[in-house]
Amino acid sequence: MTDHFTPDSAAQPDGPAPNDGRRSFIKQATGLLGLALAPPLVGQAERLTALSKKVAGVSEMKLKVNGTVRTIKAEPRTTLLDALRENLDLTGSKKGCDHGQCGACTVLVDGRRVNSCLTLAVMSQGKEITTVEGLAKGEELHPLQQAFIEHDGFQCGYCTPGQLMSGVACLKEGHAKTDGDVREWMSGNLCRCGAYPNIVAAIRQVEKSGFKS
Amino acid sequence: MNEPAFFETTAGPGVVGQPLNRVDGRDKVTGKAKYSAEYALPGLTYGVLKTSDIAKGRIKSIDTTAAAKEPGVLAIYTHLNLPKLAKTPNDPDGKKAIGAPMGFLPLTSDVIYYAGQPVALVVADTFERATHAATLLRVTYTAEQPIATYTDPKAQLFNPEKVQDGKADGYTRRGDARAAMASAPVKLTAVYTHAINHHNPMEPGSTTAVWEAPDRLTVYESTQGVTRTQKSLATMLGLPQDQVRVVTKYLGGGFGCKGSCWPHTVLTAQAAKGVGRPVKLVLTRRQQFTSMGHREDQTQTLMLGASQEGKLLSLIHEKTSTTSPWDNYAEANSKIINILYDCPTFESHYQLARGNVMTSTFTRAPGEAPGSFAIECLMDDLAYQLNIDPIEIRLRNYAEKDPSTGRPWSSKSLRQCYARGAELFGWSKRNPKAGATRNGRLLVGMGMATASYPVHNSQGMARVRLYADGHAVVQAGATDLGTGTYTVITQVAADSLGLPPEKIRFELGDTKLPTAPNSGGSVAAGTVSSSVYMAAQDVWQRLTKVAIQDPKSPLFKAKPEDVSVEKGRLQLTKNTAKGEDFMALMKRAGMDDVEGSGQGKYGAGYETGRPGNPAGPNNNTESTGEHSMHSFGAHFCEVQVDPDLGTVRVTRWVSVHGAGRILNAKTARSQIIGGSIFGIGAALMEATLRDPHYARYTNSDLGDYHIPVNADIPEMTVEFIDEHDPFINAMGVKGIGEISMVGVSAAVANAVFHATGKRVRDLPITPDKILGTKSV
Ligand code: FES
Ligand code: FES
Repeated sequence: MTDHFTPDSAAQPDGPAPNDGRRSFIKQATGLLGLALAPPLVGQAERLTALSKKVAGVSEMKLKVNGTVRTIKAEPRTTLLDALRENLDLTGSKKGCDHGQCGACTVLVDGRRVNSCLTLAVMSQGKEITTVEGLAKGEELHPLQQAFIEHDGFQCGYCTPGQLMSGVACLKEGHAKTDGDVREWMSGNLCRCGAYPNIVAAIRQVEKSGFKS
Repeated sequence: MNEPAFFETTAGPGVVGQPLNRVDGRDKVTGKAKYSAEYALPGLTYGVLKTSDIAKGRIKSIDTTAAAKEPGVLAIYTHLNLPKLAKTPNDPDGKKAIGAPMGFLPLTSDVIYYAGQPVALVVADTFERATHAATLLRVTYTAEQPIATYTDPKAQLFNPEKVQDGKADGYTRRGDARAAMASAPVKLTAVYTHAINHHNPMEPGSTTAVWEAPDRLTVYESTQGVTRTQKSLATMLGLPQDQVRVVTKYLGGGFGCKGSCWPHTVLTAQAAKGVGRPVKLVLTRRQQFTSMGHREDQTQTLMLGASQEGKLLSLIHEKTSTTSPWDNYAEANSKIINILYDCPTFESHYQLARGNVMTSTFTRAPGEAPGSFAIECLMDDLAYQLNIDPIEIRLRNYAEKDPSTGRPWSSKSLRQCYARGAELFGWSKRNPKAGATRNGRLLVGMGMATASYPVHNSQGMARVRLYADGHAVVQAGATDLGTGTYTVITQVAADSLGLPPEKIRFELGDTKLPTAPNSGGSVAAGTVSSSVYMAAQDVWQRLTKVAIQDPKSPLFKAKPEDVSVEKGRLQLTKNTAKGEDFMALMKRAGMDDVEGSGQGKYGAGYETGRPGNPAGPNNNTESTGEHSMHSFGAHFCEVQVDPDLGTVRVTRWVSVHGAGRILNAKTARSQIIGGSIFGIGAALMEATLRDPHYARYTNSDLGDYHIPVNADIPEMTVEFIDEHDPFINAMGVKGIGEISMVGVSAAVANAVFHATGKRVRDLPITPDKILGTKSV
């Protein structure tokens, strides 16, 4: 997979000030929602919905999740998150807010981390979707999954799938070179149990191990 | 004490205390862990609440026509057609039977008590359809002017006889605090406010209800206590308790808000009954803010009288807060103020005002968290006033016994916590002068505070089934909030049975299992570990009986009291060479498995042998034993404050606690870190704002209700003092869920004061308050 990280990405803060990490992230996340309604992307939405027979009501959609193409029946307004959880029974991706404010629903779409609660399923057709269920290779855990276990990077585990997907992307983006970088680039994923220091340790360990995705 | 103790019976080092990785870790990192809204039941339907926009008044009309016409809509329930319940909390009898804090069930009349009160529940075949249909409901109201908080001039203040669900006194008096105050050479008075805080677990409240038969219900619920929810539901639905099954295999955090059965759960069960299909209802994040309680808005006034040497003579505490129209809920802040320091006199009062709000409820360290904020900030002020080091002032007032009862502590390692914390933190390098330490243009401050949390009286059951092949299944109807219950109980079972932890499967979170108390009030680890340990002892007693009757056993004809067990081997205590492994014994006896059960007690019930409280925490019966039972600890915080912007960054953190036996060093560290972060949130950013005119929350989402993010939190250091407490339970465990956040907001505020010379007493300490406060 190539690095799809581009300047319009939701997760890129616009300033270096560490104090502002979360605020700017949320601003940008809100910006993303705004963007989804902006003309160029409306065009894109139409292009993608054209893959379905209808633009209203239930229709068939094909989603390629963790390497497997699966067909679901859903409405254009169905989010990718609800499609995963309710239609495909892939409940690893979590719903914490449904508003792009917590990161629990983070999945990779064509290698980039996105909030699946802010993404329509119908627009995700023809893309590579990776969820937490697709991280391990069979029985063998992804190094970040293993590192989360070793470093106790969670308590309740509800934010964990989102943290893992964000963490995998963070490593790939080259944003895990320092503890400070990780803190900054992982600040779109809330953890109410407060596992942050352990999450940082887990991601940094994988970074230092020289792991290449 | 009439029960054996783990201390005496485990021989040699086992896995208890070891930093074992979580046994449920793999399920959590692969997405396999099933939370309560993740059961794909056949025929599942979706429930969505419509809630009230007004905070007070009556529903005039509900037009369901448009919503009902939507495809997929199966039913719309309002107060006009909700299937009748056997009992509701809306009358005193029902309320008593169901148990607080659900003092009111909506959809029972047209009266609106609070904004966000459910007025309808839509059920449809998909989530999208139910959500959309709910937006099509047209509800009109006759609105009245609501009361938003106790500060509203129209609010009527009253002195409740009891607070915290009737579990704490509204007025407490020890000695003549007023007279002592009047004659005290040093007097300080300060007023502290605490914003409304919401628990906001990442997993919102959710219920999936399925009627297995017309009189038998299963509920997959996000709850901290399956049994308490089962009881509440059974009472309201008019079913025998055993006809309601509640399952919570994984819980996405709780922090108190999932400690009770709330209205949406009951409404979902009724809707499922009505449509004859399983119904799943997940609160939206916005609904979460008005559905499962919160920490109430409150003002505390604390007066302190002391000698010139800094010895406390008098403490007088007053708290005023908002409660709901149907409840007298206030966190009992005064409890910790009454016990933390040696002070001969004490007085406390509570005042409440009824607001048009959803009731407040237990929030992590209920009472202890805001109470410690007041006393620990004021102790800091006393230290500065008398030019005494903040740790020294606390040592001068060190309570050698519980000042509130005069009873000795079961154990207390607070001195060691101060000393070790100071050492780890580098407290001796701190310049005592406030506002005098800088890092470039940033002001650097170091503060500390004491933590304490009681051992609440509680009890629970567990079952152990040991198989002849060396595996065991261990069961208790407890819940794991993420705190590590699955893991630590596996460790306890492993050592109690002499098996490696991978041979143990611990099952929890189901009312089909032996009853355990709510996981709350820090009772879970202490109670469940003890009950599992006791159940294991039961297994060994049974096997001992078999051995001494078996002519082929080396223990044939031995006296049961002479037999002990070490690592799965039954042997003579005085001649350990004589004995055999349980597997050999069971095989010979043709036993595939053996089952034992046990009751574990925690707190005063353990010490006195009297019954504990099966419901668990917050019943304030902790002080009935010979000893007063508390954990103690100390937090140390360094902040850097931008003098121009008023922003505060926590840059270093050290917590040291004495909390009895620590069952797992790794998960315990995580729990302390997590609690400290929860407290840092309360200290620096968390506040739900209720519009004073409309009594509606203005920031009920995670974008506007700020909780700490990764970038807000530094590396943290956590240590425990090795503590052996034989009085609290068979395992010597005190529990650490709440103490981790007690004193945290004070440690932060004290560090801010040290950095800036500004004493901010209104939480959260946001930049505007720092910029708007004068240095002393
Ligand atoms: S559920 Fe998508 S960001 Fe919270
Ligand atoms: S582990 Fe519970 S929210 Fe992060």
